[in-house]
Amino acid sequence: MWTDRLQFFEIMFKKTLQVFAVLVCVLLGGIFLTLLVKSLPAIVSQGIRFVTGKEWDPVMGNFGAIPFVEGTLITSFVALLISIPFSLSIAIFLGEYFKQTWFSSVIKSIVELLAGIPSVVYGFFGLFVLVPFVRSLETPLGITPYGVGIFSAALILALMIVPYSASMSREVIALVPSDLKEAAYSLGATRYEVLRYIILPYASSGIFAGTLLALGRAMGETMAVTMVIGNSNLIPESLFGPGNTMASVIANEFTEATDKVHLASLIELGLYLFVITVVINSVGRYIISKFTIETQTQ
Amino acid sequence: MIKTNMPLRMVKDKASQGLVFLFSVLLAIPLMVILFYVVKNGLGVMSWTFLTHLPKPVGESGGGISNAIVGTLILVGLASLVSIPMGIFTGIYLSEYGNTKTAKYVRLCVEVLQGIPSIVIGIVAYVWVVVTLGHFSAISGGVALGMMMLPVITLSTEETIKLIPKTLKEASLALGVPYYRTMLSVILPTGLNGILTGALLGISRVAGETAPLLFTAFGSPFMNANITKPIQSLPLLIFNYSTSPYEEWQKLGWGASFLLISMIFCLSLITKGVTRKR
Repeated sequence: MWTDRLQFFEIMFKKTLQVFAVLVCVLLGGIFLTLLVKSLPAIVSQGIRFVTGKEWDPVMGNFGAIPFVEGTLITSFVALLISIPFSLSIAIFLGEYFKQTWFSSVIKSIVELLAGIPSVVYGFFGLFVLVPFVRSLETPLGITPYGVGIFSAALILALMIVPYSASMSREVIALVPSDLKEAAYSLGATRYEVLRYIILPYASSGIFAGTLLALGRAMGETMAVTMVIGNSNLIPESLFGPGNTMASVIANEFTEATDKVHLASLIELGLYLFVITVVINSVGRYIISKFTIETQTQ
Repeated sequence: MIKTNMPLRMVKDKASQGLVFLFSVLLAIPLMVILFYVVKNGLGVMSWTFLTHLPKPVGESGGGISNAIVGTLILVGLASLVSIPMGIFTGIYLSEYGNTKTAKYVRLCVEVLQGIPSIVIGIVAYVWVVVTLGHFSAISGGVALGMMMLPVITLSTEETIKLIPKTLKEASLALGVPYYRTMLSVILPTGLNGILTGALLGISRVAGETAPLLFTAFGSPFMNANITKPIQSLPLLIFNYSTSPYEEWQKLGWGASFLLISMIFCLSLITKGVTRKR
C-alpha cells in the first residue's frame, strides 16, 4: 500500500514535469497556428499581392506589405551597422582587455542600465530629445527636416541592441582558449596581433551569431520605433524620410482595424515577423551551441 | 604575416586599445543624456499626490498615476502566477532530462519563444483572450506578459539546477528519499536563490513592456482591480501621454518614466544582491 502510493507520486511528478515541458512546445505551435489561421482571410483575398504590392490602403482594400518590409530591413540594418563598432568594442573591452578591473565593472553597469531602460522610455526620449536634435542637423544639410523618420528610428534601435549583441559577443570572446592566446604572446605577438589574428578569427562564427540575434531583436522592436519613425505608409523616400516597420504598423493600426481583411493583413505581417525571428533565432542559437561545444571539447 | 617593424606594431597595438576604449566609453554619453532628461523632467513631478491620485482630465493641472501603478502590479502578478510555476517545472525538466531528444526540442522552443517580438505575442493574446471574452481585459495583458516571462524563468531555473552538485542529489537518494521528494525538498530549496533571480529577471523584463499590452490590457483612466476589465499600466500610460499634445500629460509621462526606470533598476539591484549571496 505504502509503496503503491510512493510509486504513484513518483510517476505523477515525472509526468507533471513532462506535461509542462511539452506545454511549452504546444504554446509555440499554438502561436504559429493562431497567426496562420487568423491571417487566412488576407492570404486568400490578397494572395501574392501581399508580398509584392507597394501600396497599403485600408480604405481601398489594397494591402501590399513592401513599404513595411523595406522599412523594417532598412531600420534594422542601419541600426546594426551603427551598433557593431560599439558592441564589438565593449565585448573586447570586457572579454579580453580589461577583464576584472573596477573600470570594466563601470562599463558593465552602463551596458546593464542601457538594457534595463524600457522601450517606451527610449521612444519618449527619442520623440522629445533625439527628434529635435536630428531635425536641427537636417536643416543645414538641406534635407527635408522631418526629424522623425528611418534615421532617428535606427539611431534609437542601435542604442537598444548594443547591450544585447555586446553581451553575446563577450561570452564568445571569453571562450577563446587561453593556450592559443598564450602561444601567440610567447611568440612575441602584441595584444593587437593576438586580437586580430587569434581571437577575432576564432570567435568570428560566434560573433556573427550574436549579431544575427541582435538583428532579430531589432526587427521585432516595436514601441521606440513606432514613436519616432513618422508612421507613413509609403515606401520611405530616403534614409531621413518617415516610414513604418512591420511591427510599428501593427501597433498603429491594430485597434483601429474594423475591416476583417485589414485585421487579417496586420496579423499576416505578424506571422511573417514570427517566421523571420524563429528562423534567425534557430540559426543563431545553432551556431552558438556548436561554437560552445567545439571550444569545450578542445 | 607579422612583420618585424617594431614601432609600427606598437603604434597599432596602442591605437587598437585606444579605439576599443573610446567606443566603450562613448556609449556612456547617450545613457547619461537619457537618464539626465528622465531625472530632470521626472523628479519634479514626483509627489505624494502623483503616486496616490488618479489622472485629472485635460486642462486641469496636477493629478497622479495611481491607477497605472496598481495596474502594473496586477498585470505583473497575473503574469507571474502562471509563468513562474510553469517555468520552474520546465526548467527542472530541462536540467534533469537535458540529453533526451524531447528535451532538445523543448529547449529550442523555449529559446525561440524568447526571441518572438513582443508585438506578435500581443496579437496572439488578443486572439486567444480578447476575442474570446469579447472585450479588452487585464487578464489578456497578464497572459501576454506571462508568455514573455516564461522563457526567462525556464532558462535560469535550468542553469541554477545544473550548477547544484550531483553529490547532493545522490546523497538524498542514497538515504532512501524518493526522487520527487529529493527534487522538491532538497534540490529546489538549494537553488532557491537562483530561481528567485530568474523570476525577478523575468519581472523586470516584462514590467516595462508596452507593445503586448496595446490591444490586450488597453489602458483605462480609472482605478480598476477587476481583471476582466481594461487596465492601465505604467508603460502604456507613458506611451499614451507622451504622444498626446497636452503638456500636463507629458509631464505625468516623464514622472511615470522616472518611476518605471527606478522600479526596474531597483529590481535589478535586488537581483544582484540575491545572486551575490549565493
